[in-house]
Amino acid sequence: MALPQRESPQGKVVSLFVTCIVDMVYPGTGMSVVDILEHVGARVVFPPAQTCCGQPAFNSGYRDEARTVARHFFKAFQDAEVIVTPSGSCATMLRHEYPNLFAPEDGELYKQARRIASITWEFSEYLVEGLGLVNLDLALPEPQSFAMHDACHGLRGLGLGRAARDLLAQLGNAELCELNECEVCCGFGGLFSIKMPALSNAMLRNKIDNINASPAETIVTGDVSCLTQMNGGLSRGKSNKRVLHLADVLAKGLRNPAWGTSTATRRGEALARPHRPPPVPPTGQGEAQ
Amino acid sequence: MSVELRSNDFVSLADIALRNPDLQKAVGSGTRGGYHNRAKAMFEFGDAHGETMRAQAAEAKRRALRKLPELLELAEDRLLENGWGVEWAEDAASANQLVLDIARRHSVKTVTKSKSMLSEELGVNQDLEAAGLRVVETDLGEYIIQLNNETPSHVVAPVMHMTKAEIRDVFVRELDMQPTDDAEAMVAFARRRLRQDFLGADMGISGGNFLIAETGSIGLVMNEGNGRLCTSMPRVHIALVGIEKIVETVADYAMLTQVLPRSATGQPLSVYTNILSGPRRAHEADGPEHCYVILVDNGRSKIYDTDYAEALACIRCGACQNACPVYRSAGGHAYGWVYGGPIGAVLTPLLVGLDNAAPLPHASSLCGSCKQVCPVDIDLPRMLLDLRHDLVQSGESAAGWDVAMQLWAVGMTSPTRFALGGRAARAGQALLGDYMPGPLGNWSEFRDFPAFAPKPFRQLWKERNNDHA
Repeated sequence: MALPQRESPQGKVVSLFVTCIVDMVYPGTGMSVVDILEHVGARVVFPPAQTCCGQPAFNSGYRDEARTVARHFFKAFQDAEVIVTPSGSCATMLRHEYPNLFAPEDGELYKQARRIASITWEFSEYLVEGLGLVNLDLALPEPQSFAMHDACHGLRGLGLGRAARDLLAQLGNAELCELNECEVCCGFGGLFSIKMPALSNAMLRNKIDNINASPAETIVTGDVSCLTQMNGGLSRGKSNKRVLHLADVLAKGLRNPAWGTSTATRRGEALARPHRPPPVPPTGQGEAQ
Repeated sequence: MSVELRSNDFVSLADIALRNPDLQKAVGSGTRGGYHNRAKAMFEFGDAHGETMRAQAAEAKRRALRKLPELLELAEDRLLENGWGVEWAEDAASANQLVLDIARRHSVKTVTKSKSMLSEELGVNQDLEAAGLRVVETDLGEYIIQLNNETPSHVVAPVMHMTKAEIRDVFVRELDMQPTDDAEAMVAFARRRLRQDFLGADMGISGGNFLIAETGSIGLVMNEGNGRLCTSMPRVHIALVGIEKIVETVADYAMLTQVLPRSATGQPLSVYTNILSGPRRAHEADGPEHCYVILVDNGRSKIYDTDYAEALACIRCGACQNACPVYRSAGGHAYGWVYGGPIGAVLTPLLVGLDNAAPLPHASSLCGSCKQVCPVDIDLPRMLLDLRHDLVQSGESAAGWDVAMQLWAVGMTSPTRFALGGRAARAGQALLGDYMPGPLGNWSEFRDFPAFAPKPFRQLWKERNNDHA
């Protein structure tokens, strides 16, 4: 099924869906996402009732449970104008699978599912396709080399082959290198890694061999679940290389003292924006419900 | 007799493959070679051209499937007009019996065979041999497989799982070949042996890549020419064709012969592209005297009536196998039946029953590479997800998961329970250290797990906004 059309998210309040794993395991990545979104002038709120998108149940065939969690998501994000999430996989769940989980006969729920699908953006997609930004006016304090690992759902579910690379290419002091088989799965696959651990590990070994052979010091990806798999293997294998989420890499550029003196570039044309966004007022959907 | 079914042993069969370094090397390089060659060939005239070819191929196969009943009737009429005998087989036993009946009718003793995945499904060789006939596989890969008493592990490259040294050993052991590591010498050796079999065969059996309805002919593509020798030299030719192989027109066939070899091996065209249109005519110097098409169902019409009908569009190019990281590690035999890789993970449960192939829908990380390379755009990840849902619905899902998923859903429908769960996980982690309980131990066997954060994001967010206020 074709993805529901989205309107431009320009100027709209961003409801951050931070994802369950970022919330519990990688809260710093969540803060990096907020920092970058605010850096480009977005007003960010965190709907506090949010939990998970339901993908673990959906991917295991438990659709009733996935629908139950999706219904909770609808409630948590009922006031959202735009949803941004730092995960190609969760974004794929919201964009592709929510409309499939409910049928037109489900009435309001089906409408809600289509609505969520039509306002959701993956983090890099929001910046590059949504706002038309590639140069975020960021620079790392020290030169560092990177290579992209294309997380599967972002790449093939959402077609995000370029967005993160375009952003990294404009990041000051960042050098972009090749990673062999960057488009091949790391072997995570959610519960696949637990149900078929030996196969998952074989896929991981292949990924790690490629990472260790890459000239890049750091691997960048758009999903912390894949990152967990890869770093788990790199750490066990005593490799000194690590995988970082794109938002964390970009956020390192924020700490550069040179930040905030010029304007971000909207694919060529200048875009005026505030240097620092106003604090989020303690009202509206950012509040506990 | 149909082929042995071990799909429920997928995990242990995959473990065997993972521990076989020769297989890992052979399948790893074979699949990657196929994958890269396909990408080059498919898009040699640009991305738009390649995607247009895919769209046209998908349309041709889907149109044929939509019109399947009427096209099958048309094909039968046209085949009969061309002098083919036409038989219909509901299952493997009846198909093999028809082959045997034809062989007996024409006093056949020796049979040469060209490559056919359907014949693997039917186990026709075993039945013919049990009846006292000699059957020789003539595709080089299938020949090696037959000598080694194995089954093909890949739909296009049957010996994908073997190294050159292993093949040499088979030839030395079974055919007294003078040991050599020269691949060309090995091929030349097999060629000389096979030549004798071609000359002596009474009957040839082929598959059919396509059944062209409007002309009543079989479309057959191959690289070695063995298929031509099987279908033109013996007195009798039988084509075993699955009912889903139908296409409407010769133009469709011409279209599909562009994407099939590109997707399979990266060739713009197969070395031999044939249209077989029946027995030798009165004025013709050669060709078989008797030609038969056996149209085989063997579970296909059952799939046709479900949401999985699209799987019948498969043209057996093997691109999904080459692209699949699970297949690259597990090899084809792990799937426990005829078809490996993503298409096998979908077709096997549909053809042999979900309870006989329960692990296969889970034999995927859902990375989506299979769908991306499929020349007829079959949504394999979607079907794997649907099959997983069917497993849950039919109670075939592994024990424990039902309760776990219900509990999980309870936890995920309240931010309070969610936060409590996070705290419990962190406490558990502090208590257990690197040891992870239950199925989570499958994770920590190979990988370290990161520490749960002392403060979840929702708390950091609250604190930050309090600072702002």
